[in-house]
Amino acid sequence: MSFGEFLLTFYIFVLAIFVGFEVISKVPPTLHTPLMSGTNAICGISIVGSLIACGSNNQIAIILGSVAVILATINVAGGYIVTNRMLKMFKKR
Amino acid sequence: MRENLINLSYLISAVMFITGLKMLSSPKSAKYGNYISSIGMLIAICATLLDKNIVSYQLIVICIIIGGVIGTYLALTVKMTDMPQMVALLHAFGSLASALIAVSEYVRLYYHLTLYDTTTIILTLVIGSLTFTGSIAAYGKLQGLISGKQITYPFQKTLNLLQLLVIVGGSFYAFFHPQDIFWLVVIGALAFSLGVLFVLPIGGSDMPVVISLLNSYSGIAACTAGFLLTNYSLIVTGSLIGASGMFLTFLMCKAMNRSLWNVMFGAFGQVVSASGGTGSSKDGKVVNVQGYTPDDATTVLESASLVIIIPGYGLAVAQAQHNVRELADLLEKKGVEVKYAIHPVAGRMPGHMNVLLAEANVPYEKLYEMETINPEFERADVALVIGANDVTNPAAKNDPKSPIFGMPILEVDKAKTIIFMKRSMAPGFAGIENELFLLPKTMMLFGDAKDTVVKLVNLLK
Repeated sequence: MSFGEFLLTFYIFVLAIFVGFEVISKVPPTLHTPLMSGTNAICGISIVGSLIACGSNNQIAIILGSVAVILATINVAGGYIVTNRMLKMFKKR
Repeated sequence: MRENLINLSYLISAVMFITGLKMLSSPKSAKYGNYISSIGMLIAICATLLDKNIVSYQLIVICIIIGGVIGTYLALTVKMTDMPQMVALLHAFGSLASALIAVSEYVRLYYHLTLYDTTTIILTLVIGSLTFTGSIAAYGKLQGLISGKQITYPFQKTLNLLQLLVIVGGSFYAFFHPQDIFWLVVIGALAFSLGVLFVLPIGGSDMPVVISLLNSYSGIAACTAGFLLTNYSLIVTGSLIGASGMFLTFLMCKAMNRSLWNVMFGAFGQVVSASGGTGSSKDGKVVNVQGYTPDDATTVLESASLVIIIPGYGLAVAQAQHNVRELADLLEKKGVEVKYAIHPVAGRMPGHMNVLLAEANVPYEKLYEMETINPEFERADVALVIGANDVTNPAAKNDPKSPIFGMPILEVDKAKTIIFMKRSMAPGFAGIENELFLLPKTMMLFGDAKDTVVKLVNLLK
């Protein structure tokens, strides 16, 4: 990876952090637990990385990648479903 | 062409994640935000499957089914009171996945590792492993598998610092000798051990900070994995989560008026022990604390015009949220106004109490934040404290020697009567005696919170 490419990636990283702070600071304390489990679900985005690792042609890398896919899927499914369960409970009178 | 399509899909999914988070700013739109976010995830996964490097779909489908079934099962069966454990467990899975990606990339690129690869691999490995074991330790504490108290031993800080130094030193060596597997194993093992050792000395009442911090780390691990794979989708979402976790961490620290450093490394001294029905007042005198009966409490509650309920971790432990709601309903039928005061660090994770009360169908408008409710205590006839202690302790305002001095509290002491439900006379989690117990206007109701509330409900009927 050239330095220019790295800089571009870093650029995206820094801007995403700002967006993160901006968006999250508007979440009311009532919803902090769903916020956590919701971001947890998004964290399962590492499934994308695991899928790529899964696609290599090295046996060990494939095994490790597969385990990572399982773990990340638990995160995605578990995170979204549990968040949904919680959010459905928040009602007005 | 295919490459561009994949990256475009990642952009779309990132936008959907951000939109989903943005919709969390109101309980009304939050549910739809979650749907949008999950569709974004589906798009990201489908796009990745287009990657030309993926040859066999069979294995992937099997893995996704296994993970999906486990995740769905966990999510559908977990009790709302156990939510902090669940979140800790999910952090553990996500960060272990990131660490595994690092190892698998190391194996794959072994013969042509660049300095960039090695750096990102080690970063992902260290942060991923540390977050994994840290989350497991947090899970153990919350689940009661290991003591929720602060676990300390001699030379704790020195030992941790030493391990950290070896990790940093070893990493620098490994940057330039990437083929040397030995150091990579050492770094990974030490990161595993550090994760546990960082969490052990942190007490139960500081758990909201730890959970938030682990949330942040799991995001950072995903982020470094993104740098490793040059995957924009991972980088963007990873930093979103990292930022969100950091934000919550600082919010929790602010709510306790303590620095992150103090929470992480400042394990309080010896716990002051008190037992039975006696409490020691500040000047060392032993005072007998009088226990009242539910009958006494009912009389006071019935004649009140405003009752403020202060829930704490004890409510979650006793699973009394539904009974509390029943009690509030009965009081409201008798014309009593009922409000709930929620301290930011009540419970074991940010928003813990809100979720519990939402489960019991308490409308969220009745839940008030500390700043809003504090001026109302003067007007309140009864402050009903259920399973909370430190967040009501006036020592945080009056006693500079108290370990919680400076923490903003719910000003329960201003209410006309305080009804305190407590399991026994043991001090709260921070090991601090609460002077409220000794006030003449305080009625102590000893026993399991659920039993006591049920008794009150029956009496009010």
